[in-house]
Amino acid sequence: MADTAVIEKKQGLTFGKKERKLLTDPLSQNNPITVQVLGICSALAVTTGMKNALVMSVAVIFVCIFSNVITSSLRKMIPKSVRMIVQLIIIATLVTVVELLLKAYAFESYKQLSVFIGLIITNCIVMGRLEAFAMANRPYESMLDGLGNGVGYGIILMIVAFFREFFGKGEVFGAKIIGASPDYMINTLESGIFGWYQPNNLMVLFPSAMFVIAILIWAHRAWKPQLVDVS
Amino acid sequence: MGDLINIFIKSAFIENLALAYFLGMCSYLAVSKTVKTAVGLGLAVIFVLAITMPINWVINTWLLGENGIFQTDLTFLRFILFIAVIASMVQLVEMVVEKYSPSLYNSLGIFLPLITVNCAILGGSLFMVSKEYNFSESVAFGLGGGFGWFLAIVAIAAIREKIKYSAVPPALRGLGMAFLLTGLMGMAFMGLMGIDPAAF
Repeated sequence: MADTAVIEKKQGLTFGKKERKLLTDPLSQNNPITVQVLGICSALAVTTGMKNALVMSVAVIFVCIFSNVITSSLRKMIPKSVRMIVQLIIIATLVTVVELLLKAYAFESYKQLSVFIGLIITNCIVMGRLEAFAMANRPYESMLDGLGNGVGYGIILMIVAFFREFFGKGEVFGAKIIGASPDYMINTLESGIFGWYQPNNLMVLFPSAMFVIAILIWAHRAWKPQLVDVS
Repeated sequence: MGDLINIFIKSAFIENLALAYFLGMCSYLAVSKTVKTAVGLGLAVIFVLAITMPINWVINTWLLGENGIFQTDLTFLRFILFIAVIASMVQLVEMVVEKYSPSLYNSLGIFLPLITVNCAILGGSLFMVSKEYNFSESVAFGLGGGFGWFLAIVAIAAIREKIKYSAVPPALRGLGMAFLLTGLMGMAFMGLMGIDPAAF
């Protein structure tokens, strides 16, 4: 949980330096997954394909923005002692909306994501941002914060999903790129240069998601040494 | 009875909540720095999973199901009710434990509130629904899932205690290493996939 900093009290919906910082900070400097370590729970399981990862990202961005705005508008009315339950109910309601929408308009993704849609409720990013930001700031700033964190989460999800889908199945967004059958754009059975290539099934399984994120964190921290753990 | 043991073994080892479904990863990574705290959190998870799973089963079947007391399909309320049950059960367990066993409370104390947002608990309940378990099966699934999660977090905490003395590249220290280790442990647990639970 990074900062509970209250943004200066201002009137009007301006979009200046501070607002831009709210939006871009979570993309790298304060990324929800690689820096704040929130919301890994349900994220990794859906990154076997880019399509699922995209649906999941959009769902999380939606829940993040709206739960931030709602909590922030109610922040003066919520008693401190029951705030957790109130926040959980707000999130659960929004997630139910997402679930019903997916069930109606994207039934295939709904089937594949199964319980992981419901698990957005306990996704620590949503809860963490409510606690750390929305409880102390105006709805407008909270909206930007929710958008920034949702997108920061989505970016990592898409990167991980790209590596897992491309190297695991030879596909990108379900389009067949490289593999051993005539359906693929590069058919390894005929192409002389890529004849050695075999999709690695391990990339679709559990451990590789961990390895991909570990390498991402490694790269991110090597690039920005101030993020390195001291302990 | 054999079926129940079967479900227990399967949910503890083969379909381990932490290492096969990534559930509860946040607290898994945050609280696994020492074995002592890991044991505390692990016990609390077993406890809460074993309690909430049967309660959620009753709610799902008797209150929300089409053959329940309202005779209508109310399953769209599932998320809200499940999370409310989990939050209030955690609160209740905390109060009971505080009153009757202060020593247990002191060792579990800070971890109990954390558990409300542990995806393993809600995830367990949702898996129970999608796998259509009956009441006694849901109890076995709760116990087995909790035990598997306990094993996973204690194992990683023990490894992380030892890895402190190794020369890890600075950028990989802490979080990065924890991810790599979890991946390796996941591979080890995949080796259990060949087990035939029916043999027990």
